[in-house]
Amino acid sequence: MVPLSYYMVLSAIVFLTGFVGVLIRRNIIILLLSIELMLNATNINFVAFSHYLNDVSGQVFVFFTLTVAAAEVAVGLAIIIALYRGKATVNVEDLNLMKW
Amino acid sequence: MIPFSPGDLLAILPELIVMGVGCLLLVIDPLTAEDRKERLVYISLAALAVAFIAQYWLLGLRRPVFSGLYVLDPYGTFWKLLLILVAGLVILLAKAHLKLEAIDLGEFNAFILLSLSGMMVMVSGRDLLVIYLGLELMSISLYIMAGFKRFERRSMEASAKYFILGSLSSGILLYGISLLYGRTGSTMLSGIKAGLAGLPPHDPILLLAMILLVVGFGFKVSAVPFHMWTPDVYEGAPTSVTAYLAVASKAASFAAFVRVFMEALGGVKANWQVLLLIVSIATMVLGNVVAIVQTNIKRMLAYSSIAHAGYALIGLVVADAAGVAGVMLYLALYAFMTLGAFTVVTMLRKGGLEGDEIEDFTGLARRNKWAALLMLLFMISLTGIPPTAGFIGKLYIFMAAVGAHLTWLAVLAVIFAAVSAYFYLRIIMVMYMREPGETAGTPGHNVRIVASPAIIAVLLVAAAGVLVLGIFPDPLVKAAQSAILP
Repeated sequence: MVPLSYYMVLSAIVFLTGFVGVLIRRNIIILLLSIELMLNATNINFVAFSHYLNDVSGQVFVFFTLTVAAAEVAVGLAIIIALYRGKATVNVEDLNLMKW
Repeated sequence: MIPFSPGDLLAILPELIVMGVGCLLLVIDPLTAEDRKERLVYISLAALAVAFIAQYWLLGLRRPVFSGLYVLDPYGTFWKLLLILVAGLVILLAKAHLKLEAIDLGEFNAFILLSLSGMMVMVSGRDLLVIYLGLELMSISLYIMAGFKRFERRSMEASAKYFILGSLSSGILLYGISLLYGRTGSTMLSGIKAGLAGLPPHDPILLLAMILLVVGFGFKVSAVPFHMWTPDVYEGAPTSVTAYLAVASKAASFAAFVRVFMEALGGVKANWQVLLLIVSIATMVLGNVVAIVQTNIKRMLAYSSIAHAGYALIGLVVADAAGVAGVMLYLALYAFMTLGAFTVVTMLRKGGLEGDEIEDFTGLARRNKWAALLMLLFMISLTGIPPTAGFIGKLYIFMAAVGAHLTWLAVLAVIFAAVSAYFYLRIIMVMYMREPGETAGTPGHNVRIVASPAIIAVLLVAAAGVLVLGIFPDPLVKAAQSAILP
């Protein structure tokens, strides 16, 4: 049986990948993908904990997280499209009308 | 099968009304002719009035709802009454303001109601899942609202920045929740409290989870160092949305912040008090100091709202009954003065645009003495000078700090309140001591004041709140003290 710590390390690595991605990448679509990675790292955690704790509420949480993530992406892409229409860019460094 | 009783539905009646009418508005908005859109405003105001009455009728009741995932308690009711009132005022404000900015009214009201229902869920959830869902419903609606002026690039930019940083913070918060679940085996606040009792106090995963929760909620209440989004979003978003962000979203986030930390993590207070103490001091220092150099009034008010988050956090650092009551009181009073200040900002027009630079206030007293007088009142209140509401809010927060032997923190906060007088009083100086420019290019030239009955109503309520609660704060103080968490 795979020990719990393996899952936690995996999830930490995925989470940090996403977090660093948000900090260093400049394409707003990649930022969106990185945020999705962070949410999926959370899902790994919830499912692993749920299994090892023999408690179903972690898995229920995952369903809701997935739904929320989908809603967030839908709104996010809409915002990105509206932004692209105005500025023809998806680079966050071009979002410089106000001091960032 | 989860036990379920009709009483549960009655306990969430206000939420059901707000959420139902919000969804309904999304459906009937496209079916409404352009010249009848104003009716949607009256529908949402009526829904809020009914929800307010329903919530008032539930005042003082305390019962777990949906097998303890949700709760009806005086704490939640206090916040929900405040939030419904603020949402109603923002809808009135937006009715006039959005017409000036040529923004579609119908969807706006729907999003106000949907985000309000998210806030209401968030302040009464007793399970981290429910709190998270409420927070997301609030945030996603607000991302859209920040970009409502979709033909203006600043507004789109604000929306994009808010979206990226907001979802980043939700991700961090969620990771913290997952670790807390893994360590305690529950996502219910009471279950987490019970689970923590069996853990060593310095469990590293627990500490990490706590830090992640502070980061997640810190973002939402715009505490330093998680405040970077605040000035940009406040400046770019349409002003009525900014007012809603600064007042309602901050109040709801504080309510959930306090509930999670007091109910679930109250047993390990010592672990997070120091962390919050540092965050609170940093927030007061940075907010007040950076506000001094701002030239845009919306940006200045953004830094001022950061600074006020710092004062309110003192209540959570104290983490006792007086502290919690202090936070509730502070945010309730802060709501009136901030809403009022933003309302005055919407009244200033320069050509087809909003006069949102500080120099547009030059000589305002000559052009419109009432607008200047009200702005004077709100600025004095934000500084915290008696006999206004701002003074009462600060007084109770500082008293809580002194009561918990944190006198030095109260002294520090008073010093920074004095610093804040510099930039608040500068607005008054600009309005009263300078002549409005007569020729093109001079400060204050070509600024008009636009008032409408809706805006005057909002200003009257805000001003009455600031003055009446500043002189007779007793009812509100009693309401807050009787509504603290058990």
